[in-house]
Amino acid sequence: MATETYILDVARIRADFPILQREIRPGVRLIYLDSTATAQKPLAVIEAMDRYYRWSNANIHRGVHTLGEEATALYEAARQRVARFIRARKAREIVFTRNTTEAINLVAYAWGRSQLRTGDLIVLTEMEHHSNLVPWQILAAEKNIRLEFVPVTEAGYLDLETYEHLLDQSPRLVAFTHMSNVLGTINPVREMAEKAHRAGALVLVDGAQSVPHLRVDVQALGVDFLAFSAHKMLGPTGIGALYAREDLLEQMPPFLGGGDMIKKVMLRTFTPNDIPYKFEAGTPAIAEAVGLEAAVAYLEEVGMEAIEAHERGLIAYALERLATVPGLKIYGPVADHRGGVVSFSMEGVHPHDVAQLLDREGIAVRAGHHCAMPLHEKLGLTATTRASFYLYNTYEEVDRLVEALHKVRAIFE
Amino acid sequence: MDDLYRELIIERYKMPHHRGVLEPHDISYEDENPLCGDHIRVDLRVAEDGTITEAAFSGHGCAISQAAADLLMESILGKHLDEVKALGRQDILELLGFEELGPVRIKCALLPLKVLKAGVYGLGHHEFETLGEEL
Repeated sequence: MATETYILDVARIRADFPILQREIRPGVRLIYLDSTATAQKPLAVIEAMDRYYRWSNANIHRGVHTLGEEATALYEAARQRVARFIRARKAREIVFTRNTTEAINLVAYAWGRSQLRTGDLIVLTEMEHHSNLVPWQILAAEKNIRLEFVPVTEAGYLDLETYEHLLDQSPRLVAFTHMSNVLGTINPVREMAEKAHRAGALVLVDGAQSVPHLRVDVQALGVDFLAFSAHKMLGPTGIGALYAREDLLEQMPPFLGGGDMIKKVMLRTFTPNDIPYKFEAGTPAIAEAVGLEAAVAYLEEVGMEAIEAHERGLIAYALERLATVPGLKIYGPVADHRGGVVSFSMEGVHPHDVAQLLDREGIAVRAGHHCAMPLHEKLGLTATTRASFYLYNTYEEVDRLVEALHKVRAIFE
Repeated sequence: MDDLYRELIIERYKMPHHRGVLEPHDISYEDENPLCGDHIRVDLRVAEDGTITEAAFSGHGCAISQAAADLLMESILGKHLDEVKALGRQDILELLGFEELGPVRIKCALLPLKVLKAGVYGLGHHEFETLGEEL
């Protein structure tokens, strides 16, 4: 049983998340191990959005009335908070999008279509989420661009030797995930970015899994584009962000056309607005920006270093305990090189059945290909079961997961 | 919910009675559930009067989809192809002994029937997708 001491006051944190009090059925308390899909929300976020709608709701960048001023100030305060959180130089380097996927599509559409030429190379990796594959596949087909992939090793790491060989071919862009949503692998972003820049390539990092769980500093890491979603970092769905260096945003044409992204419109032409507004057409997710601001404030108060340390403890404990379940195969690297994510398969039992039986015990895990079909193919699997941890998870919950897996084993034996 | 994994399902999953491929066959069709990657193939041998004389399934999937496939193969033996065309969601739920299934797991249960009917109708992929909606 768990005897570890906590780096965080987890009991106090858990009290901030109303949903964690829920019983999935009478007497069976929810054990939420699916934060990699989406994180639960603290009261501070729920109440901030509620307060916004009750007190300040208006459209932004338009009305001169009190509500319009307030809403605009709240929306722009969120941008500033997010910029500081990832250590961007300026708030105008943050473009609000719907999510990580839209942020990557924005780069493929606005940067890729304007800057890339036939025969240009983009280097991706085999461990990418579909959101960092499909936009480039669409672009490649349209502009006749080449895509190459850094392989994943047996142990779940990127093959950096092959990466260097691919850099010899002078790619224009290298796009990869900071943390794999399947294997949990934390990739050496700083080292990879440095090498990419030396080869003349720009660097896009999918931060969907890293920004919620690690201290991410875009300047220290040396990334040119960073994409992430609010809903995986305690915030609401419907808003995400793209960080991009100011000079890159300046040279990119608009993404979507419409209101707010223009300075002036004539019948046949328009003048685009300044960055970042140039990329934010139409009324954005204002209440969601307010929620995101509250989420970042919450994360900052707890401290990203403390969250990371807590998850490292949990994943090390989970890997150790899961190894005791007969017939369980665990994928991905050792605890030191991974975030709080573990995917596994149980011999002779389909991942959907594992997930369904765990649900009986109130345990929420994900089963499937986790939007990473090429990676699963590489592993020789169609699907896996995945447990993931966040600041509100406990060692006792890991114990409950392991006990429940023993039960699953017994049913199928 | 709690009887989702009762004996019948687990037994048919672990030791199916109608698992395999038929070579030669009169009808064969395969497809997958894109959500989970489960894959099912159904082979049939059919007499001149349209009666199914042999049926087998192959592929991989969860306990629900595999048990549904096995029970379905069993239930259509000796039946006419026209009777297969009339099968629907309710028949599968009855075979499995469920009153209802959630929106996610119902797809697992219906995959074998979708594949079987597409084979019987001799449908291409496009029509097969449409058929799935009607089930």
